[in-house]
Amino acid sequence: MSEDLKILDEVTNSEYKWGFVSNIESDNAPKGLSEDIVRFISAKKNEPEWLLEYRLKAYRHWLTLTEPTWPNVTYPKIDFQDIIYYSAPKAKPTLNSLDELDPEIKSTFDKLGISLEEQKRLANVAVDAVIDSVSVKTTFRESLGELGIIFSSFSEAVQEHPELVKKYLGSVVPYTDNFYASLNAAVFSDGSFCYIPKGVRCPMELSTYFRINSAGTGQFERTLIVADEGAYVSYLEGCTAPMRDENQLHAAVVEIVSHEEATVKYSTVQNWYPGDKDGKGGIFNFVTKRGICLGNKSKISWTQVETGSAVTWKYPSVILKGDNSVGEFYSVAVTNNMQQADTGTKMIHLGKNTSSTIISKGISGGRSQNSYRGLVKIAKGAVNARNFSQCDSLLLGDQCGAHTFPYLEVNNKSSKVEHEATTSKVGEDQIFYCNQRGISTEDAVGLIVNGYCKEVFNQLPMEFAVEAQKLLAISLEGSVG
Amino acid sequence: MLSIKDLVASVEEKQILKGLNFEVKPGEVHAIMGPNGSGKSTLASVLAGREEYEVNSGSVTFNGEDLLEMSPEDRARAGIFLAFQYPVEIPGVSNANFLKTAVNEVRKSKGLEPLDSKQFLKVMQEKMKLVEMDKTMTQRSVNEGFSGGEKKRNEIFQMAMLEPSLAILDETDSGLDIDALRIVSNGVNALRDGKRSFIVITHYQRLLDYIVPDHVHVLYKGRIVKSGPKELALELEEKGYDWIKEEVDSSVNA
Repeated sequence: MSEDLKILDEVTNSEYKWGFVSNIESDNAPKGLSEDIVRFISAKKNEPEWLLEYRLKAYRHWLTLTEPTWPNVTYPKIDFQDIIYYSAPKAKPTLNSLDELDPEIKSTFDKLGISLEEQKRLANVAVDAVIDSVSVKTTFRESLGELGIIFSSFSEAVQEHPELVKKYLGSVVPYTDNFYASLNAAVFSDGSFCYIPKGVRCPMELSTYFRINSAGTGQFERTLIVADEGAYVSYLEGCTAPMRDENQLHAAVVEIVSHEEATVKYSTVQNWYPGDKDGKGGIFNFVTKRGICLGNKSKISWTQVETGSAVTWKYPSVILKGDNSVGEFYSVAVTNNMQQADTGTKMIHLGKNTSSTIISKGISGGRSQNSYRGLVKIAKGAVNARNFSQCDSLLLGDQCGAHTFPYLEVNNKSSKVEHEATTSKVGEDQIFYCNQRGISTEDAVGLIVNGYCKEVFNQLPMEFAVEAQKLLAISLEGSVG
Repeated sequence: MLSIKDLVASVEEKQILKGLNFEVKPGEVHAIMGPNGSGKSTLASVLAGREEYEVNSGSVTFNGEDLLEMSPEDRARAGIFLAFQYPVEIPGVSNANFLKTAVNEVRKSKGLEPLDSKQFLKVMQEKMKLVEMDKTMTQRSVNEGFSGGEKKRNEIFQMAMLEPSLAILDETDSGLDIDALRIVSNGVNALRDGKRSFIVITHYQRLLDYIVPDHVHVLYKGRIVKSGPKELALELEEKGYDWIKEEVDSSVNA
């Protein structure tokens, strides 16, 4: 019997340790991962039996997997037994006023143009009841509820709409998908759930921004978005303030289901702590994001602005199953100092007349490494499928690296695939031209880089685009000598 | 306003300006002419503060301040404007956005409040008329896909927006047809207000029919070797540079 099978056998046959249950009263699970821990998490969240089974299957499968090494990134080996997989939302130290806030964080808030009230919320300054987030949340949910839209935390959805969760959970990213997706399926803490009923156009941008306490997120979020026939939703994820998070590993899963003639637009601005200038600390961001266009004319559009994390490993993908369905991927990935990013997309064309667009803009500064990795796969039955890919890299300085790994698999003669790639540097001529008009070098780089990213920023909702631009300028501070 | 004394400057270890002396007073228009390679564009680059150009000796004062000590952006904010011979393209950045950033930086340095979008738009519409600029040009990316004539017109438009006290036009006439030359010159003339000074660098007398200078200088081998009234330009047009070259070279040899 092989070692893996032996472990599997041991695990699947081991008895449920009842004695552990009393520990439910405590807020933190002990370090390490075991079947007990999985049960502990599930029990903590008062989950139904089927979900516990799902987690356990995922955990047992995870044990058979090994960590992937193919991405173009290097990082110290993660000890999965040295991680706490469940802890009650960490209470940040409560400050009496913004004056007590770390001046560096305060200055970043100011540059981002975050209002004082919002700053207080982010910094966990005690605030009065008038702007209590709970009331905001309630009004918001009520008006959506009238349209039949469900927008809640994943845990709430499990309790309130178990049939929907059961139907769609793992339908796009199965627990067997990859190492980190399996891990997530076993231990996910919370996340968002969103369901738009038939024919409903969601009247507002749905954002995790509104679900305020999710700012203190765990390491393993699970997001599930379902747009029923003819529905439309635009979903925003992410907090644009720097998260000085101590967590080392962030392994989230996002699943999107777009039914016939439905459209889901998913925008992310990711700004996890990238570590310091020498590459110490920071988040390992290993995320699986995938959507499926199930029916005729389904559409899924991903837009991402990635500026944070020490190491990013992320490929928001679309399976184009329905005929005439559309997949889009717009990405800006910024790396500075010692950051590493290996990101891109997969467009899997199965249906007839399916089309996909990929616009990827990589920006590297400092000693960072930035890779685009993308797959366009056109199946035999995907008659007249079309893809257009454009992958541009912009280098700031001469110690950084940009890499492009495009994979094309075309099994069908009637399809059309186009790929364009460019690499450029911010020109001294451009900077001098700006200088001569009174613009400082730092602002000039911000202006030039934002111009370079315009096609992607145009896809973001207005306020998000403004924040993304400012964020970009902050991320690139000091990248040009 | 601008005073250049014994300026020696080089690029890539090669000395281009070799002891240049030059004085500009408020409201004056100076034309600088001279054969290829005489140092005309180097002078423009040194004044604007381009990094690759090294000043070896000499001094430049601008409104009493040491210009050579100032960064390129501070020179611009202090009122020096260079209309580029080859304007640079900045893809994805609209002309309007670029100019709004620039105008507000200059205002900030003067302690003025930034213009909001509405005020800025109003100023922009006014100044666009000066160079007969199409509305769509402000929404297009800076110089991207512009024709040669459009680029030069855009330079003058930017100058109108930034209202410098000293404008340096580096071969703004090169590559312009007669119509574009007229439009550009009209723009410049409209900005002559008796206080603003201009240094017009050109190869051809033609431009000076439109922008009439107060003084004409001939730059040769890194020095100003001849200065005169506007009629000097006509003489150069007629006789070429050879007679000046001979004059200079023989006096050096003597």
